[in-house]
Amino acid sequence: MTFWNDPINFLAEWLRGVFMGWGMAASPANAVTDIIGIVVMILFSMGIAILLVWVERKVVARFQDRLGPNRIGPYGLFQPFADIVKLIIKEDITPDGADKLVFNMAPVISLASVILIWAVVPLASKIYGVDLNVAVLYLVAVGSFGTLSVIMAGWASNNKYALIGAFRMVATMISYEIPMVVALLIPTIIAGTMSVKGITQAQSGIWFVILSPLGLLLFLICAIAELGRSPFDLNEAESEIVAGFHIEYTGMKFGLFYAGELLHAFTFGGFMAVFFFGGYGGFFGLEKLSAFTWLSNPFIQLVVFLIKALIGYWVIMWVKYSMPRIRIDHMLLFNWKFLTPLAFVLLMMTALVDKLLAPTNFYVLGMFLSNVLFAWIVIEILRAYSKRERSVTVEPAEPVAQAAHH
Amino acid sequence: MSIPLSWYLVLSAALFSIGLFGVLARKNAVAILLGIELMLNAVNINLVAFWRYGSTASLAGQVFAIIVFAVAAAEVAVGLALIISVYRRRTTVIADELDLLKW
Amino acid sequence: MTPDQFIFLLCAALIIASAIMVVTSKNLVHSALWLVATLFGVAILYALLQAAFLALVQVVVYIGAIAILFIFAVMLTRRELRDKGPQLNQNWGLSAVMAVFTFGGLFYILSSWSGFSAKAVEIPVGTDPLRMLGYALVSPDAYVLPFEVASILLLAALVGAVYIATASKK
Repeated sequence: MTFWNDPINFLAEWLRGVFMGWGMAASPANAVTDIIGIVVMILFSMGIAILLVWVERKVVARFQDRLGPNRIGPYGLFQPFADIVKLIIKEDITPDGADKLVFNMAPVISLASVILIWAVVPLASKIYGVDLNVAVLYLVAVGSFGTLSVIMAGWASNNKYALIGAFRMVATMISYEIPMVVALLIPTIIAGTMSVKGITQAQSGIWFVILSPLGLLLFLICAIAELGRSPFDLNEAESEIVAGFHIEYTGMKFGLFYAGELLHAFTFGGFMAVFFFGGYGGFFGLEKLSAFTWLSNPFIQLVVFLIKALIGYWVIMWVKYSMPRIRIDHMLLFNWKFLTPLAFVLLMMTALVDKLLAPTNFYVLGMFLSNVLFAWIVIEILRAYSKRERSVTVEPAEPVAQAAHH
Repeated sequence: MSIPLSWYLVLSAALFSIGLFGVLARKNAVAILLGIELMLNAVNINLVAFWRYGSTASLAGQVFAIIVFAVAAAEVAVGLALIISVYRRRTTVIADELDLLKW
Repeated sequence: MTPDQFIFLLCAALIIASAIMVVTSKNLVHSALWLVATLFGVAILYALLQAAFLALVQVVVYIGAIAILFIFAVMLTRRELRDKGPQLNQNWGLSAVMAVFTFGGLFYILSSWSGFSAKAVEIPVGTDPLRMLGYALVSPDAYVLPFEVASILLLAALVGAVYIATASKK
């Protein structure tokens, strides 16, 4: 076990040796090493959050055909630090009738719910927090903490617009949790395990996006709704309710919300990569060839994972900056009348095809074609529905001049 | 593995008693439902503790706890719908003031 | 004092303190938020009991849905904006006595049971409680019937709640 093959265990052993050399017993040494590991993981995720501020502003600038920040540091790389300094030196205002404890806890819980996800993110085959065998359910559970922080922020601000924004956001988030759970069940069924490490290893032969592209699409839509990003961002529609549930937050508290939102988006991009694009592995069996064994190195896997996660994050940003906002009632209608039935039928179809075709040779082809067939059927149903809606003609109004003539 | 079963049972009994106090002593109907939730959670702790300290092969404890989750969710949904409907008619949710059926 | 016992004592303190705040807090939204703390403590307890699936289902169902439903219901049923003032009705003394007697009675009955101080046995290596739970919920000679009946119960509750809470259009 050298550093290059197994970095986390190597460092943990070394630290434990250091602590026991100082005279600590085995059990407190283990506990302190674990705590240091947790702190390192949190610092890594927050470091990525700082990088994401720069990535977000550069990418949105390029989508809008401008340059983005390019003054502070080469290519504007130190812009996040300027942002952090600005947020820290801003005045920290608590509104008059606000509930102080709840008001201050809301951004903390919001950021905590995002950092908690990083305990199960599989950065490499040997670099991860903990290998829970219910990691998929853990992802959903931690998402519900985010919902709680939204409603705490909205209520504690003592502001009607914050409350309306919080209600809309919570309605969206809890509605879209259902198709998201079903979309997460699809890779679970195909891989046979709820552990993210197991799902990644099950994709070493073939990526799940080929087996179930509709699952990826479903997960993408629900992830964007869970994040509260455009086109589902009625919460922070600047033209409507100013800034939604975080109107009254200034300074670093707003910074916590903002960093939490960006990191949440990146984490969902990472999970898109894990569930559908092979995560840190997924080289189609290439790493078994003798010339390519370096692909199993944890650091190479870490780089591969980060690249895939950044591509997923870029797709989420691409959708955000290209589409107009959707109205709240359309959003909820879309979920309950379209996405939820679609998700359940897709799940049943995937489970059926998976069990029927698993022992045969037509597995990959069968899954892909069943998805294509299902998508075609759904589009035909939608086409018939919209044709029926269009055929309801409205009587043309009588021209006013003619009516006055009679 | 070093925690005796008695700790879990005493904790669940204490939580149940606090929930019972909440149900009997609060005015607001929503607060009474909060007490009922505490009691259901105490029962669940009991069930799962008995599963763990009994035979872990028979999953009756865990399955029972899952059914209690479902029942609690159903009961809270219907209970709160009733309370909201009552509030629309009588503008009050104080339990003592909902006395139209008293003679 | 092993780490398990330490975590259990912290967790039990969190649960009992939050539960007392739930039943005695004057502000109803605060009561609902203290309920969230209690439910989170119970989830940690399930994780200590090595029922990881139950711990996460507790967070998703109770904290993610039921507690939020409570907060919404509290916000929708307030007559005035600040609900200060006593929240306990006139029988609270008798209720406190009854609660203490209930706890004492339960403790007395349990302590005279022989298995009261049982220690936990190790879960045999190689069995996967999650997989066994999955099989138990859908296998015909296990618990598939309560599982299906629970889903019908949830459907009935869904329809009933939507119907009751929909304002009638006059």
